[in-house]
Amino acid sequence: MTRTTLVAIAALAFSTLPSPTFASLGGNVGTVDADRVQMKAAQLRIIRTSAYTLHELQSPAGVTIREYYAPGGTVFGVAWEGPWPPDMRQLLGPYFEQFQRATGAARNTRRTRGVLMVNDGSLIVRISGHARAFSGFAYAPGLLPQGVQPNVIR
Amino acid sequence: MYRTLLIGIMLAAQVSSRQCDSSSTSSSGSGAPTNVLPIVVNAGPTNNYLNGAFANVTICVPATSNCQTIGGILIDTGSVGLRVVSSVLTLPLPQQTGAGGAPVVECLPFVDGFTWGPVQTADVKMAGETASSIAVQVVGLDKFPTVPGSCSSQGTAEETLNDLNANGILGVGLFREDCGLGCAITGSSNPGLYYTCPSSGCVIAAEPVASQVQNPVSHFAVNNNGIVIQLPTVQTGGAPSSSGTMTFGIGTQSNNALGSAKVFTLDNLANFATVFNGQTYTSSFIDSGSNGIFFLDSASTGLPDCKNSTGFYCPTALTALSATQRGLNGTTNAVAFNAGNVDRINATFSVFAEATGANPGGFDWGLPFFFGRTVFVAIAGQSTPGGTGPFWAY
Repeated sequence: MTRTTLVAIAALAFSTLPSPTFASLGGNVGTVDADRVQMKAAQLRIIRTSAYTLHELQSPAGVTIREYYAPGGTVFGVAWEGPWPPDMRQLLGPYFEQFQRATGAARNTRRTRGVLMVNDGSLIVRISGHARAFSGFAYAPGLLPQGVQPNVIR
Repeated sequence: MYRTLLIGIMLAAQVSSRQCDSSSTSSSGSGAPTNVLPIVVNAGPTNNYLNGAFANVTICVPATSNCQTIGGILIDTGSVGLRVVSSVLTLPLPQQTGAGGAPVVECLPFVDGFTWGPVQTADVKMAGETASSIAVQVVGLDKFPTVPGSCSSQGTAEETLNDLNANGILGVGLFREDCGLGCAITGSSNPGLYYTCPSSGCVIAAEPVASQVQNPVSHFAVNNNGIVIQLPTVQTGGAPSSSGTMTFGIGTQSNNALGSAKVFTLDNLANFATVFNGQTYTSSFIDSGSNGIFFLDSASTGLPDCKNSTGFYCPTALTALSATQRGLNGTTNAVAFNAGNVDRINATFSVFAEATGANPGGFDWGLPFFFGRTVFVAIAGQSTPGGTGPFWAY
């Protein structure tokens, strides 16, 4: 199930929801509906193509989250846009610590400021934006279904 | 050891403390404008910044002459509010408190990480202007060392001088405060930036808009509707440093008139559109805190990625490019820019107009866009001769 935004955390802080389990990058579509209900996100639409299925959700804080499922149900990519970034730990799931390590490593001498690109082979993350406007995407190249180009994940 | 020593020396050089006298808000000379803050583009306090615009900011314990002037503060039109690294702050600023008298602490997301630290109250003085008794963030783990899980889930903490490569960040972006109504209410729509931290642990809290970390400019008595940034053209190949100005107010004095500048209004996420090679990219913005023009990717631009300066483009030859910015109001302007090789910049240079890099699907017009321009940033809800903010103009 997908738990995506910081808002989900806020929701937990203000409510007595039971502790949820999450499906995120690398997770499975099976529990997405239960998760969406728990995070109080609205299902905006589902788009099915021959190569993947896209679930688009909107969190109460206005963050749009798109999750890309392979035919077998595995989440191979996620993307977001809204006034705040999503909860990266929830969204990246088993890839989160890899993301943290990679962002630390990216702090080299002539480092970029204002855009974050992580590319360590098995995980690609891009984050861009400014005050009250964030967007980004993440995917695991090894999970991309055959014939799907990474640039569909936006 | 050497590194520590070097940083210590640079800190001593860039941070100075002084007592403010009561006349510090008046004109520095007969008729001299009091709304102009000098800014410099240089390597910054850790001596490794590329395309960072810095200034001195004076902060004071509210309504006292107990003040400190801190240099090496990054000028960031992409964020809102003043944030100071705790290790350079020597003032005993009063701590803001929330429910039950518990201290208020903030977790502010940036693109490359988050800043965690207490919200404190200060008078903020720049040029001849004063923002009295506004909330600022003191960034650091010294007072509240345990970052809540809901904050660390944002990614990577940026808590120190070496994380930020700046003594602080002056957010002079498009808004009056850093969050707005979303943070002022309880419930699932609160994005969870503000916490109260009683001894039992930090919990997300509703933070009234007026108590949030504030854009100092909007709290000036005058010249409070926005800013004007002016930086000179930089020669191809770069330069060791450059200097310019940040002028407060838009159309409020003879030195901040809009003149013939074009106004670009913004969508609901404060973005405009950029058209490049016939494609329109809607998540476009201008940001002095971005140190290059970041757009698209190597595959769509033909610009190779750098081998060393990860994230930047490194074409073998200087590459001329053009893109058209388009505001929500339909205003358009074609912008010519160049992509150069960041790996080959002279190691002693800190200013490089040709710094470009990857940002798949988007356009981030960073500091090089400001070189050779006069750029206006109008704050949301504030009235100007060009209309009510937020907007960009140049």
